[in-house]
Amino acid sequence: MTEIKPIEPGSTTPLNGTPPSAPAGMTQAAMVKKAAPKTAYKPADVSPQRRVQRSYTVRLWAIRHSRLLEWFYARFADVFLMLHPLWNGIGYARVEAPVKFVEKRVKGIMFDCRMCGQCILSSTGMSCPMNCPKQLRNGPCGGVRANGNCEVEPDMPCVWVKAWEGSRNMVKGDAILNVQKPVDQSLRETSAWLRVTAQAAAARKTPSDGASA
Amino acid sequence: MSAARPPQQDENPSGIDLPLDPLPGHTSPGRLERVLRRGEFAVTTELNPPDSADPEDVYNRAQIFDGWVDGINAVDASGANCHMSSVGICALLTRMGYAPIMQIACRDKNRIAIQGDVLGAAAMGVANILCLTGDGVQAGDQPGAKPVFDLDSMSLLETIRIMRDNGKFLSGRKLTTPPQLFLGGAINPFAPPHDFRPHRLGKKIAAGAQFVQSQYCFDVPMFRTYMQRVRDLGYTEKVFIMCGVGPLASAKTAKWIRSNVPGIHIPDAIIKRLEGAQDQKKEGKQICIDIIKEVKEIPGVSGIHVMAYRQEEYVAEIVDESGVLKGRRPWHREARADDKIVADRLDQILHDGITETQVDMVKSAH
Repeated sequence: MTEIKPIEPGSTTPLNGTPPSAPAGMTQAAMVKKAAPKTAYKPADVSPQRRVQRSYTVRLWAIRHSRLLEWFYARFADVFLMLHPLWNGIGYARVEAPVKFVEKRVKGIMFDCRMCGQCILSSTGMSCPMNCPKQLRNGPCGGVRANGNCEVEPDMPCVWVKAWEGSRNMVKGDAILNVQKPVDQSLRETSAWLRVTAQAAAARKTPSDGASA
Repeated sequence: MSAARPPQQDENPSGIDLPLDPLPGHTSPGRLERVLRRGEFAVTTELNPPDSADPEDVYNRAQIFDGWVDGINAVDASGANCHMSSVGICALLTRMGYAPIMQIACRDKNRIAIQGDVLGAAAMGVANILCLTGDGVQAGDQPGAKPVFDLDSMSLLETIRIMRDNGKFLSGRKLTTPPQLFLGGAINPFAPPHDFRPHRLGKKIAAGAQFVQSQYCFDVPMFRTYMQRVRDLGYTEKVFIMCGVGPLASAKTAKWIRSNVPGIHIPDAIIKRLEGAQDQKKEGKQICIDIIKEVKEIPGVSGIHVMAYRQEEYVAEIVDESGVLKGRRPWHREARADDKIVADRLDQILHDGITETQVDMVKSAH
């Protein structure tokens, strides 16, 4: 599984064999792995992303039921927005810790959430893009295997193949075609629910820029 | 002093190695954009980056493409294998007047480093940038490296487009002189999800892609279907699509690539044809030429990108025999007039064996 080679069209791929110092039929990566000292403990999988979440049954269920979740999420956002005076009364800063606690666990079970703090599940067919080993937020890379599995993790279905399937079931599934901004790393481990609610509340007050919700 | 010669197309009158001014409606001063916008069939290729600190290695590898290609891709640690950086290769190539296409992979650099490199590259005279996500570090020779992936290919395109068109960094801080660039992306029509791939090209166009280079095309019917869908969506009017092609060295290599390199799709027919051939290397080249002849007829294909990794010497033959240039001769490096004087003088000193003193030189000069 380490014998994975370039995928981006622009990159040089060893069409004429293999990198110079590796013998035929073997990549440099395979050589490096082979040369590593042998001990009884051998780590599973290729990337840390995959090791964090061993099973993705629930994640795949969520994608299959993306339409239901989309409907539920819309209601849920409305309820959260209705509770805006309550959040405001207690103070968003004070309410953040308990809300984040719940959000992290619920979304963790449902979507293998990584708490990027800028949830775009509704634009990605309910398939969390942060589970992609490259954390791509704008579509699949060129390395997707013919069976639809990930280039890095050969036994994991590509997050973006699933995202496309999920988005086709959704009413507003075409949001997958929007170009997403890069992740703001300073917002990691914060509550996306509260942020979206606060933004929607602010937009409601000034209807001129109502697009932020 | 120098013999009169017909000027090359896209040549600066005051010196062949000097940069050009962008034409009206162009976003870059580069020759690749001029060729594509003139409606000519463009040819680009890829330079195999050296594992050395010798500039001659870069120049020798670039020289074999002279007069056959409109742009040379300077790859950025392709396959996550460490080589000379694309910035370094571009610095050397622009000194000699070549038109490099600088690749930027998001794997190794965060947005701070990338935006700085873009400014530096544009200042050196790089006119084309190709935005890539990059392969995972597990694919390369240093799998223990930290994968960055701060941006992805799409947000990278958008970042550079904002720098060029709005004259601002991603943070909103102003640039005093924005870079003038022709922006490119990569497409892979041969990997799932096939329904999404044409829309993904649409996203790249929205993000700022002006040209795209495709992954190796070995399955022409699949590429044709993709192009049909792209044309139906109207994208061929908004972006120049260059089809990636390359020679396969043997049936064994082809099989190895098929099972080990994700994203490269090689149909059984190609492997059968290679196995049946007596000289597999020659047959691989012939297959490449046949594919070029087919894809150049597909409406919406503006050029080809020849990736002949470690078979670079075949690029000229492939381009020549496929006839894509239709007699056109792309820019090639020429010795400048003063270079020639120095070379002639050195030749004279070294070979004529006459020892001249300065006094004699002054006397003979009058």
